[in-house]
Amino acid sequence: MTDRHPLPGGEAIRDASDLTDPQFLQDLRRQMVRFATLQLSDTSLAEDAVQEALIGALKSARSFGGRAALKTWVFAILKNKIMDVLRKRQRLMEVGGLPNQNEEDHDFGELFNAKGFWQEDERPTAWGDPEAAVHDQHFWRVFEACLEHLPGQQGRVFMMREFIEMETPEICKTAGVSVTNLNVMLHRARLRLRKCLENSWFSPGESPC
Amino acid sequence: MLNCQRATRLLSDAQERNLTFTERMNLQMHTVMCSGCRNFERQMQTLRRITRAYAKSDIAQDE
Repeated sequence: MTDRHPLPGGEAIRDASDLTDPQFLQDLRRQMVRFATLQLSDTSLAEDAVQEALIGALKSARSFGGRAALKTWVFAILKNKIMDVLRKRQRLMEVGGLPNQNEEDHDFGELFNAKGFWQEDERPTAWGDPEAAVHDQHFWRVFEACLEHLPGQQGRVFMMREFIEMETPEICKTAGVSVTNLNVMLHRARLRLRKCLENSWFSPGESPC
Repeated sequence: MLNCQRATRLLSDAQERNLTFTERMNLQMHTVMCSGCRNFERQMQTLRRITRAYAKSDIAQDE
């Protein structure tokens, strides 16, 4: 590994040659495929996007101050690939894109009483230590499971907003919805995700360790 | 007076746009009295942080 130069702090500068470390590459690839599959809800499209992103990453090798930086960069490339696929898919998503009124009433009816105040057992509680959770690998499995539970269109716009960090006008264009509809869907997605995380992770006395 | 359904909608919208003065006032009056919506408000920021950290997480490494 002659291409790794020690820094004063003892940390090695890595470059894209890390992408030839089989174990690292395998782990990274698996995580990317999962990420892209959540986003595209299509495994083969996801595999393609990941493949293209990795090839792109290898082509433009640069130096990184550690694997975390390398990973961030590779995921940035992947996000662009995903956005390309989503843009192409635009027309497909317009079909059946609008939120279903009945489903929405049902959602809200579960959470709020007739006057629109929290049902007794649905009121959000304080979350213990969210910062500790992000360092816990079990937490991320719970998080993924909760994401997968979001209904199709809700999950997609939430991920466009929060993972790919697209802005409102672009999401509306890509998903073929109005700003109001988008905000309705994001509200519902956040209510659901919040509840799922609270029930499966943050709820007092229920964490696995 | 806002109810919780409306308050959580505004707290979600606040992640997308600047709320108007009136909206902020109404929200404040509500959250002062409602611990559930205060928790919700904090969780909206946590949710965004967590979701953005997801791509950088190490979930795959012990499999």
